[in-house]
Amino acid sequence: MAKKIDYNRRPMPKQEPFERVRNFDEVALGYTEDLAVEEASRCLACKKSFCKEGCPVAVDIPGFIQCIVDRDFAGGIKKIKETNALPAVCGRVCPQEDQCEKVCVLGKKGSPVAIGRLERFLADWEAASGETETPDILPSTGKKIAIVGSGPAGVTVANDLVLLGHDITMFEALHDAGGVLTYGIPEFRLPKAIVRREVEYVESLGVKLRLDYIVGKTKTIDRILTEFDAVFVGAGAGLPWFMEIPGENLNGVYSANEYLTRCNLMKGFRFPAYDTPIKRPSYVAVLGGGNVAMDSARTALRLGADEAHIVYRRSRTELPARLEEVENAEEEGVIFDFLTQPMRLIGNESGWLTEMECLKMELGEPDSSGRRRPVPIEGSEFRMKTDAVVCSIGNSPNPLIPLTTPGLEVGRKGNIVVDEATGKTSRDAIWAGGDVVTGAATVISAMGAGRNAARDIHEFLSGNGSNA
Amino acid sequence: MYEIVERRMIVPNLHEFTVKAPEIAESVQAGNFIIVRPDEVGERTPLSVADWDCDAGTITSIFMQVGGSTAKLARLEPGGDIPTCAGPLGKETEIRDDFGTVLCIGGCYGIGSIYPVARALKEAGNKVVSLLEARSSYLLYWQDKLEEVSDRVIELTRDGTAGYKGHITRLGEILTLEKIKPDLIIVNGCTFLMMRASKMTESLGIKTIVNMNPIMIDGTGMCGVCRLTVAGKMKFACVDGPDFDGHEIDWEEFLKRRQTYNPEEVHPLRKSGCASHF
Ligand SMILES: Cc1cc2nc3c(=O)[nH]c(=O)nc-3n(C[C@H](O)[C@H](O)[C@H](O)COP(=O)(O)OP(=O)(O)OC[C@H]3O[C@@H](n4cnc5c(N)ncnc54)[C@H](O)[C@@H]3O)c2cc1C
Ligand code: SF4
Repeated sequence: MAKKIDYNRRPMPKQEPFERVRNFDEVALGYTEDLAVEEASRCLACKKSFCKEGCPVAVDIPGFIQCIVDRDFAGGIKKIKETNALPAVCGRVCPQEDQCEKVCVLGKKGSPVAIGRLERFLADWEAASGETETPDILPSTGKKIAIVGSGPAGVTVANDLVLLGHDITMFEALHDAGGVLTYGIPEFRLPKAIVRREVEYVESLGVKLRLDYIVGKTKTIDRILTEFDAVFVGAGAGLPWFMEIPGENLNGVYSANEYLTRCNLMKGFRFPAYDTPIKRPSYVAVLGGGNVAMDSARTALRLGADEAHIVYRRSRTELPARLEEVENAEEEGVIFDFLTQPMRLIGNESGWLTEMECLKMELGEPDSSGRRRPVPIEGSEFRMKTDAVVCSIGNSPNPLIPLTTPGLEVGRKGNIVVDEATGKTSRDAIWAGGDVVTGAATVISAMGAGRNAARDIHEFLSGNGSNA
Repeated sequence: MYEIVERRMIVPNLHEFTVKAPEIAESVQAGNFIIVRPDEVGERTPLSVADWDCDAGTITSIFMQVGGSTAKLARLEPGGDIPTCAGPLGKETEIRDDFGTVLCIGGCYGIGSIYPVARALKEAGNKVVSLLEARSSYLLYWQDKLEEVSDRVIELTRDGTAGYKGHITRLGEILTLEKIKPDLIIVNGCTFLMMRASKMTESLGIKTIVNMNPIMIDGTGMCGVCRLTVAGKMKFACVDGPDFDGHEIDWEEFLKRRQTYNPEEVHPLRKSGCASHF
């Protein structure tokens, strides 16, 4: 049956920009049932589904889209959950334009099917229906597995292994679970109620959660291994980088981790109802161009900044952030200073930041990453007024675990070295995955790594696997 | 939840605080700190560890009531509990058996946290002299505990009501009068004491270790708010320290960074004693 091709994606209802910059509520409101069905109906149900291959965990995209078309929402969410334990999260934060939607055939002439939005729709539908189907749990194997970190990698491993009948304890350094989803990504992009729901779900399956537990400090991995059969390290990439330019220790200069943690984990935006203070400066400059930078600049606006700048040394096309968030930031009035390189931070007598000196750049020859390299324009120095700088240029894995785990091989940037297919480290009975292995990456890649490791850990505990 | 075993004001404004946290008690070393939250909306507050009991599974800290969060801690009662107690954090104080004579200086909450340092040094076989500094004799505490682990305990009060009269600036003179030639000095306490002591010992040419107390959030190296400049390099107090060589610290910068949230903090004690330098 030939059907008329609809190239136009249904827009997702959002809070108006002028309104949302004054609150921390979620920006995107999600599809209604009718909008979801309309959007799903655009799918051409291609014989070869490239979209599925574009997804790092191979969600059955055509399958769940067909369910939406048929208004079988319960069936749709079940299909997604076969391979993705956190659909409400992924639907919101995956860089779909680089993954599943990138390869959608409709994208060649129009806009690809809004796969992420549909995934989110189903997950939210399920939560609203109040009926979460609990999968069957296999009989107890008596094997104990310790998971370090409760981010997407850790939660995925916990989920997969608890279903196979293993006894799982997840150790988290902070006082709340969820990793970056909790302390980093702001409420207006990923409501914390959703993260909490997902964590409570794995707890309901029998996963034990130990908060305030710093593996390596409270107990070393070797001591944990005296009580557990295997350890998975999903400790993320939590160590912030600074620019290494003069003036970075002035008051008013933050790492994005500090800025976002004050706001999200500690709820500084609700100070003084919550005790942790956060400054509300007027001129905020955020250094970097990824999701973290967008989140920081948009947080600054919500905290009342007159101007929030994204200072980025390349141009708009190279911004590594999710496209939707770049657009949201633009709509909200974030000012983008492209081709600009910070050189020096300048403060007053009492040690507070007042200005930033920058250099203008232009794009030169492509570098090894294939992107055109920014080169400084001589004599283009200029100063901008700023009372807060948020450094969002990246993170590397925290050295705490490698330092306290003899024989654990790490790479040059402090990342744990693993066998890519299995997540197995250089040490017996220790696996790792997510940002702690790759450096700062994505939620879905951390989940994919968790899934592979879980499979190998299970094999190992059953007497096979790469550790046997 | 972590049970509060003890919380009492031990001298005006300083509280002895004991929490049940058996796994921390098993791993803790002198020089470490813990992070506590008084309640679900509370700040994460770092406290230096002053003592522990592996059998009872408890950790003890001494804290000074300075701002809103420590005021909340000061209102907690034994038998109650707190939602967060994480640790032990930071590197432990380096203890060797061949230091020789070590002078342990403690002031304010640091009289408490220098105690396990003195104990470990003594157990390792060093000669330990402890110097306790306070504004007045009624602010001194734990003298008996320190006597037990020190070869000698010296007191220094600003009003002269106990031991020597005056400030830490008299350190050189006191060492001469007491005929002590320390091979190493370790200072715990308010920033002001550590900075002044470091400046004194620099001219005396004695290596001095200080236990830094910057603003922190997570305490594991994630937020970087605790950064300071040591020998011209950026360091994170929570993971690279909190012990550093007092002669290598950029004190001026450190003091300014500590003031960052002063306007947000209620400072009931600003005008009294060392609270304004804490
Ligand atoms: C602000 C921000 C925005 C982002 N936006 C996006 C986005 O839009 N889309 C996207 O796909 N990705 C995004 N990312 C990246 C994504 O969040 C990460 O790639 C992902 O969370 C990595 O998962 P993980 O499980 O490896 O580690 P994490 O989520 O970092 O979790 C690690 C956990 O381990 C804990 N831990 C660390 N050390 C220890 C220890 N010694 N003992 C116990 N626990 C420990 C940490 O406290 C943390 O909770 C963003 C990141 C940030 C910071
Ligand atoms: S998990 Fe991410 S990449 Fe996979 S289908 Fe969902 S939105 Fe696309």
